[in-house]
Amino acid sequence: MMASSYNAKDEDGHITVSGPGGSTLRSKKPENTAFKQQRLPAWQPILTAGTVLPAFFIIGLIFIPIGIGLYVTSNNIKEFEIDYTGVDMSSPCFNCSQNFSWNSTRPCTCTIPFYLEQPYESNVFMYYGLSNFYQNHRRYVKSRDDSQLNGDMDSLMRPSKECEPYAFHENKPIAPCGAIANSMFNDTLELFYNDPNGTKIPIPLTTTGIAWWTDKHVKFRNPGGNNPNLTAVFQGTTKPVNWRRPVYELDADPENDGFINEDFIVWMRTAALPTFRKLYRIIQKKNNIVPTLPRGNYTLEVVYNYPVRSFEGRKRMILSTISWMGGKNPFLGIAYITVGSVCFFLGVVLLIIHHKYGNRNNSADISN
Amino acid sequence: MTWRSPLALMRDALRGQRAREKDLRNLVSNLPYEGLEKAKQPNRYFPSNAIKTTKYTLLLFIPMNLFEQFHRLANIYFVGLAILNFIPVVNAFQPEVALIPICVILSLTALKDAWEDFRRYQSDRKLNNTPCLIYSRKEKQFVERRWKDVRVGDFVKVVCNEIVPADLLLLDTSDLKGVCLIETANLDGETNLKQRTVVSGLSNPEFEPESFNSVVVCERPNNNLNHFKCYVEKPDKERAGAGIESLLLRGCTVRNTDHAVGFVVYAGHETKSMLNNNESRYKRSKLERKLNIDVIFCVILLFAMCLVGALGHFLWLQALPGVPPYLVADSSGHLDGPSLSGFYMFFTMIILLQILIPISLYVSIELVKIGQIFFITNDIDLFDEETDSRMQCKSLNITEDLGQIEYIFSDKTGTLTENKMVFRRCSVMGTEYPHKENAIRLAVLDEPESEEEVIFNQRPQSLQTGWSLDAEDTAPRDTTQRRGSRRRSKVAGIAQSDVAFSSPLETEVIPDKKLLQQISRAESSSGSRKTDPYLDFFLALAICNTVVVSMATAQRRRVSVSPRSYHTTNLLERLSSLVKNVGSSCLSSCKRKPKRNRTFSENSVVEEDHFRPSVKMETTKDTYGLQTCSLHAASQSNKPAATSGDLRYEAESPDEAALVYAAKAYGFILLARTPDSVTVRLPSGEDLVFEVLDTLTFDSNRKRMSVLVRHPITKEYVLFTKGADYAIMELLGTPYAEHFSGSKKNIAADTQHHLDCYAKEGLRTLCVTKKVVSAKVYESWLVDRQRALAAIDNREELIMDTAVQMETNLTLLGATGIEDRLQENVPDTIMALREAGIQVWVLTGDKPETAVNIGYACRLLEEEDLVINMSCNNKLTCTSILDCTLEEVRRYSADPRNVDTTPDISLVIDGRTLAMALSPDLQERFVDLAKRCRSVLCCRVTPLQKSRVVKVVRERLKVMTLAIGDGANDVNMIQAADIGIGISGQEGMQAVMASDFAISRFRHLKKLLLVHGHWCYTRLANMIIYFFYKNVAYVNLLFWYQFFCGFSGTAMIDYWLMIFFNLFFTSAPPIMFGIMDKDVSAEVLLGVPELYRTGQGAGEYKCSTFWVSILDAFYQSLVCFFIPYLAYQDSDIDLFTFGTPLNTISLFTILLHLSIEIKAWTVVHWVIMLGSVALYFIVTLAYSAICVTCNPPSNPYWILQSQMADPMFYLICLISTVVALLPRYTFHVMRNSIAPSPLVQARHLDQLDPSEREQWIKEWRSFRGGGQVKRSRLSTPPSPSLETHADIFPESPTASDIIGDDFTLNVISENYQGPVHT
Repeated sequence: MMASSYNAKDEDGHITVSGPGGSTLRSKKPENTAFKQQRLPAWQPILTAGTVLPAFFIIGLIFIPIGIGLYVTSNNIKEFEIDYTGVDMSSPCFNCSQNFSWNSTRPCTCTIPFYLEQPYESNVFMYYGLSNFYQNHRRYVKSRDDSQLNGDMDSLMRPSKECEPYAFHENKPIAPCGAIANSMFNDTLELFYNDPNGTKIPIPLTTTGIAWWTDKHVKFRNPGGNNPNLTAVFQGTTKPVNWRRPVYELDADPENDGFINEDFIVWMRTAALPTFRKLYRIIQKKNNIVPTLPRGNYTLEVVYNYPVRSFEGRKRMILSTISWMGGKNPFLGIAYITVGSVCFFLGVVLLIIHHKYGNRNNSADISN
Repeated sequence: MTWRSPLALMRDALRGQRAREKDLRNLVSNLPYEGLEKAKQPNRYFPSNAIKTTKYTLLLFIPMNLFEQFHRLANIYFVGLAILNFIPVVNAFQPEVALIPICVILSLTALKDAWEDFRRYQSDRKLNNTPCLIYSRKEKQFVERRWKDVRVGDFVKVVCNEIVPADLLLLDTSDLKGVCLIETANLDGETNLKQRTVVSGLSNPEFEPESFNSVVVCERPNNNLNHFKCYVEKPDKERAGAGIESLLLRGCTVRNTDHAVGFVVYAGHETKSMLNNNESRYKRSKLERKLNIDVIFCVILLFAMCLVGALGHFLWLQALPGVPPYLVADSSGHLDGPSLSGFYMFFTMIILLQILIPISLYVSIELVKIGQIFFITNDIDLFDEETDSRMQCKSLNITEDLGQIEYIFSDKTGTLTENKMVFRRCSVMGTEYPHKENAIRLAVLDEPESEEEVIFNQRPQSLQTGWSLDAEDTAPRDTTQRRGSRRRSKVAGIAQSDVAFSSPLETEVIPDKKLLQQISRAESSSGSRKTDPYLDFFLALAICNTVVVSMATAQRRRVSVSPRSYHTTNLLERLSSLVKNVGSSCLSSCKRKPKRNRTFSENSVVEEDHFRPSVKMETTKDTYGLQTCSLHAASQSNKPAATSGDLRYEAESPDEAALVYAAKAYGFILLARTPDSVTVRLPSGEDLVFEVLDTLTFDSNRKRMSVLVRHPITKEYVLFTKGADYAIMELLGTPYAEHFSGSKKNIAADTQHHLDCYAKEGLRTLCVTKKVVSAKVYESWLVDRQRALAAIDNREELIMDTAVQMETNLTLLGATGIEDRLQENVPDTIMALREAGIQVWVLTGDKPETAVNIGYACRLLEEEDLVINMSCNNKLTCTSILDCTLEEVRRYSADPRNVDTTPDISLVIDGRTLAMALSPDLQERFVDLAKRCRSVLCCRVTPLQKSRVVKVVRERLKVMTLAIGDGANDVNMIQAADIGIGISGQEGMQAVMASDFAISRFRHLKKLLLVHGHWCYTRLANMIIYFFYKNVAYVNLLFWYQFFCGFSGTAMIDYWLMIFFNLFFTSAPPIMFGIMDKDVSAEVLLGVPELYRTGQGAGEYKCSTFWVSILDAFYQSLVCFFIPYLAYQDSDIDLFTFGTPLNTISLFTILLHLSIEIKAWTVVHWVIMLGSVALYFIVTLAYSAICVTCNPPSNPYWILQSQMADPMFYLICLISTVVALLPRYTFHVMRNSIAPSPLVQARHLDQLDPSEREQWIKEWRSFRGGGQVKRSRLSTPPSPSLETHADIFPESPTASDIIGDDFTLNVISENYQGPVHT
């Protein structure tokens, strides 16, 4: 029934009526072409149980293995999450969370011990997670100046209107301007491995490679070209109100300083959903013998700066390995398996329907 | 020009205003004032002849066009949104970007308007600069000027084949009799020549413009092409009246007259043709009305969603314990409170969700309709070879209504019938002459394929008896000649549509043998007095008409080629296209005048020459008796050109032509007609010149016309009157006493009997009478008549009164029966329409007998039908009949035994009863009865009643109505119906001008409705529903996202991509779907007319369909949003990276959704669908690659690229699309498998190979017994497998069977005809 019907009518093309005198008469007769007469050959599928049965089974057969694959992959990803907001009285960070201020000069530090039950073999990605933080608020999302971040000198000194009210501070242009930059996450997280012999071994955290390559090399650029002297470049600007350090002191490494500081770039890529995580550090795999993070006790040391009480937010630290499908998320695998099964089931139902009603639509019977 | 005070200027302007507004205008010649400044010109207040049809001027184009465009609500909506976007607190996007859609739409429309206006400007300029001749006092002659220089009061000379530049009062022509022939094809499409005469009573034989010192008093300009009132007041205060017969209208072409001089009465925009050139009417289709309701639903939906947004934002803000860092204050550092923010958010949401209101739908619908019209007008099946005319669409926006018609109101004459009148038989002095040979000839002509052989076989019978002795010699030659002439006239018929009523069918009449003998006897017996009733009868036929005789030589001149005339034809075309409103649409410009082809005409002339010798040979034997017969027989064998010169009769009504040709067949040849005289050649070869004293023209009140002549031999004043029998019979005086002494026969009664027989046969009847007026009576009457003619008030009534005065005491000569043959395939078409569930009503001015007969002939009525005949004289009986019948019918259909076999009820009602039935108190009952009738036949109805009926049915029953007609009397009805269809037939173009669609044959209606109507409707309905779905599905993605961004109005898709999504990526497929989708092939739609019922009533576009698709849209958007949401939950996904898969999924879902709906995939479909996907990826990839900081503050840079490198992207897209479409897909599959709709079954049928399909359709049709459609099966047109229990009905009777029946009509009760099934 999925048949092509080609209407094989003669196509005269242009019609000319010849008069007896041999001259031609231009007629207003419409051209007898397949297009104008709406007789283009067409494929006319009819959706009936018989015709679509294979489609349902094929979908089922494809989806279920994909789902299983996805599910298994997701399950193989190891993930560890720790909430260090300090809402609970018992939490080590409770004190820090209470004395809130963006500008408190005395850093508040808290230490959270945790235990990893499984060794993490491959590269481990360390995320910080925020919840209830609406980085996707319309006016927040707009509050940035991409030209400024792209190294445009004009925009550096005259930030766009979009940045207001974080464009100027004390009549100096803010670099980087806008609410996004102003609210940048500024907790410092450090990991220590508590060796069974009692020593605290700091785990090396890589600060680069956490941002998109295109962001770091195309979108974000320091002003003044390759001038290594960022202090001079940012002369005449002021730091965002909530920041403790100016932008040119974010990192000692000039390749990771100023606007191209990767922590900054990561923060500037505004999250789509109010509960999100952002890549903080990478724990590189050393070699194949020793796991990147062996099983055991660890300590997370937090320099607690970032206030979240104003929006009942939570702060988390997440350790995760990743696979080709990204982080741990069993949803897609389950979804594929479910949809595959549903399709398979529908296929069976249609098979029954086809047996029951199919003959009626069988064209062979029509002429009876 | 000297300076004049502003006050004087103003006074002058006011005076001008008053002069133009006055009911009567006094116009004087411009010549005495020639060369004076404008302020001294007497006619300065009237507009000049320059026309300007453009809407805009170059400088003011932009403001005027914008003003024009902002009349549209949609544009206001857009501008409102754009303005809203400029308010900082509510804007959702960058303000500049929000201007894009409105700018695109405005500029596109402006471009289109500008182009149309430019074309109008060009055609105006060409017209205005056309040369013409104006009299100049300085040069004492006519000098060449331009059309735009013509002013009211000028004298303009028009030469042959030139177009009249302004409305001219005809003062002088080259013709000695003061006649000027014109062709009004540009105005009303009528191609027969019309006669105009100079204003009578100006007495001056040599007309000199300079000596014209009279005042022309005329009425205010109006747009009535057939009416004009004016008189010329000479210096001696003597008045000469003039009417339309002296007015040359702008746009007409002067023919067969060397030159004519006229006085300009109206110029430029005041001319009748320009006043008729009004804008095309805007009709709103039923679908569009429903659509507007759904748009209102969308608005409500939008407001609800915005309200949710506003409320959500308010609650979200309120729940915040402090001021989080992501709340951005305004530039002064101030944060609005939750309620105020919520209030602002409402407007932001409107901006964000604006595309929920499908504004682009209106633009798309227009495009789709243009495409649909393109296909309709290009349909080769709707093309008529004979007139070389295509189907024309005059209304551009009601194509889909064609698919929803429930009632058809049809005119009879010219619509169901050919309106090619053929003389069939006549009754003279109470004796019937059946004209059997003629009937055989007509029967033969019905078979076009083998006509020549058949003619050859049939002829000898008629040849042997009345033919001359050398029959053996003549017969073969005659046949060849016939062949030649037939071929020629057939070819000519195709090529030259400019000569009406000249097909061989109409022109050839085989005389009745007995009548011929009777004539020759009468001729010899009456001697020189020539007053035998038989002679009078044929003289009356030849004289009593308004047929214009033109010669073939004139014909030749008419098509003569000179560069000049070529130029004018071109111009003519331009003018005609201007008259028909140039700019409306280029697609509708398929309406153009048939091209005159000179090759053909010249060829035909050559052939005529070739035939002439043979004719001459026979004319030499011109004597009485048998040889006369031979002459006549020969003459009709190679008519019309061969015998009496190259005569051509151009008649305004085909009846007249038919009668003149009939008279000609008997040797009474109308040779010439001028306003003052008629020349008739008698069978004896004698030419009689009758002085025409007056012509009392036909009008629909009197239903007759008369010509008053002075007999050249007897010098008597003779009045010949012909008219409808009921209009004549009551005016009869003494019978023709002279011939049959005493009243041996009651001629009137016999004739009446014959008339009734004719009517039953479906012939049109006319009575022919004579009256001899005494000189005294004539003279006293003449005084009245002249007074009436000169009158300017009540002129019409007075003229009619004088006519009635004269037409009394008539003497009956005889009656004629003219056959108006049914058009090709009319019964078939009517049957198909009825099978399609359409009720067909025929409204005709004919007698009930004629109408009923035609009704049977075209299968409107069937043998087994229950025919209710309503005819009553007073309202009381009418009421009781209505009640009784209704009760009867109700009881009958309520009876359970009759459910399946209810005979179809037909109603025949006459005009008088109809008038009573339509009175407000009976209306409801009548409509209720009519609703139960399968077909209704209204006889003797007036044009106004026709429109009344249409209006009543349309309003009372709330159904879609279609009116079809061809004549001026159908115009009211055509305009009253939802769809008016004009048949461009023989009776001019008035119906076509008023119609929405114009076809050339009634049978085209079948394909137009069943195929194009069905297609247009299903296509558009599906497209509209799809459009609603599309917008809701896409917008809801944004809406769901609001729940995750604090209802702050964030869009996770870049705004440019959003605009592109609607503008480019998903716009072409639905438009293509609306233009090209084909659910069922034309062959099956025509074969199974029941399929048409799917479109009637609510059709595919039901309220439920709308809401189901909206719900589906909600579901799909939920899937498209939440599957990616759950997949990306708690990850480091960023805003636009999240939006990209959503956008992509949406694209795939929306396009694949459409592909479920598409029924037939042609190359175009594939190209557009795949092209849309390709375009999406190309544009988005390019945009993401190029735009680094180009669109601050959103950053699409490299996002799609990074997504496309991620396998997750594809996996998410795949599953979301599948899940989104699964329910609809499954639903379609289930429905098509378990309970397939008729359309689906038809599609199955489509897939059989053609021969098998035809076989099936044939078998299936025979099951139903020739189109017997049962009401009880209305809802489900029989499907292939359901069709087993159909009843077998006998073949329906032919027309002749019915005549045999004792058919009692005009009975004041219902009249059950035929067997009643139980």
